[in-house]
Amino acid sequence: MPQRYVVARVGDIPTNGSKAATVAGREIAIFDLDGEYFALANRCPHEGGPLCQGRRTALFESKRPGTFVTSRPGEMLRCPWHGWEFDIRTGRSYCDPDKMGARAFGVTVEPGARLVEGPYQAEIFPVSLDDNYIVVEI
Amino acid sequence: MTVSGAIDCDVHPALANTDALLPYLDEYWREMVAIRTVENLDLGSYPPAVPLAGRPDWRPQRGKPGSDLALLQRDALDAFGTRFAICNTLYGGPYLPNDDFAAALARAMNDWTTKEWLDRDPRLRASIVIAPENPELAVDEINRVAPDRRFVQIMVLAAGERPLGKRSYWPIYRAAEKHGLPIGIHAGSSFRHPPTSLGWGSYYLEDYVAHAQSFQSQLLSLVAEGVFVEFPLLKVVLIESGITWLPAFLWRFDKTWRGIRTETPWVDRPPTQIVRDHVRLTLQPVDEPPEQARFERLLDHIGSEDMILFSTDYPHWQFDGGDVLPEGLSPQHRRKIMIDNPLQTYPRLAETRQEAVT
Repeated sequence: MPQRYVVARVGDIPTNGSKAATVAGREIAIFDLDGEYFALANRCPHEGGPLCQGRRTALFESKRPGTFVTSRPGEMLRCPWHGWEFDIRTGRSYCDPDKMGARAFGVTVEPGARLVEGPYQAEIFPVSLDDNYIVVEI
Repeated sequence: MTVSGAIDCDVHPALANTDALLPYLDEYWREMVAIRTVENLDLGSYPPAVPLAGRPDWRPQRGKPGSDLALLQRDALDAFGTRFAICNTLYGGPYLPNDDFAAALARAMNDWTTKEWLDRDPRLRASIVIAPENPELAVDEINRVAPDRRFVQIMVLAAGERPLGKRSYWPIYRAAEKHGLPIGIHAGSSFRHPPTSLGWGSYYLEDYVAHAQSFQSQLLSLVAEGVFVEFPLLKVVLIESGITWLPAFLWRFDKTWRGIRTETPWVDRPPTQIVRDHVRLTLQPVDEPPEQARFERLLDHIGSEDMILFSTDYPHWQFDGGDVLPEGLSPQHRRKIMIDNPLQTYPRLAETRQEAVT
């Protein structure tokens, strides 16, 4: 059964920023994308680089040599170690999307009032009734 | 050992000297040949006297190895049951620094090839020789010669002035694609640059072994610059490149591409896949692993059975007797290398082959 964990208070992660959290013994990277949240294992599937510290870029593509098409700003994550790219929405790699990816976890935002009812686990900090929280399902 | 109906993708008719081109030059260039001391423009890597330049039992009594049609017919065509052989004449003329002279000599070489070789044996096919450093003149020459369907490829040297992926060369590839002609990149250098990226070595040994790096650099350039994205139908054949370096090179290429592919976003899939789709390699001189059956493992590492094309490299001394194929090849691979892969690579062969049957 997947468990749900409170990992951060809404507002703790700056707009288009990220935060690493250890949940149930695992390092999770949580990303803000204009107020939407995504969570990936904070470990590059290549050599284990900390994805949370990766540079965020747009998706760069091309229709023909010398032309550059930019889309989805901030949605690609480049591992700080070797530069492999991952889609923060799905964790899929650019280079080998079917076989290589960072594990993605479901993220929801829940009001504190609901959280105190359970069955959520807040390992990191106490939950206040008045705030909203980022919850990751693992 | 071989398969009947083989297609030999690299034989070398030899041009005796620049004077042999005089009948194919106009008066102005005939005069320039006479006064500019260009009677010998052989490429520097394989002077006719070095052993590699001619197998002892294939050397004529007089003249350069590969200069005698009757010997080529006997030793290269009949001996291997060859259905078609692609003539790649190597000569430095098209690499003269003077664009117009280079283009005139390339043009004369193509007419010489037609008259002295193609017209004299129906099994012979040829590569169009061009002077690539002036792409506009090169395209004129391709358009002039391409209607003769016995020309099945366009040939350039592996080491010229610049990396072949550069956009200034693209008019050549556009013409190649239009006419259904692969680009054959043949071993050899115009020696505008040292044979190694470190500078000049001292020995032929260094030149020959290091030449694989030139082929690697050309493959890198063609893929990275997006030539196969711009020209999706284009095929490139590496001729006398050796083969064993390819898998390790491709592993390195793919690995590095993963991290910095945003530099070249048109390279939108692993380079290995692009190379498998667009690049072919001729067999001889095969840098064959010493143990039998290792060649099959090499093909396995390359990950494709479609890439190797049969060649004898006649009259160069790359093997003895009839031992032209690596040991331990399965019958199916033998057939692919000797017939199917060449037919897939050179569409003009298939078309003339059908005509011959009907």
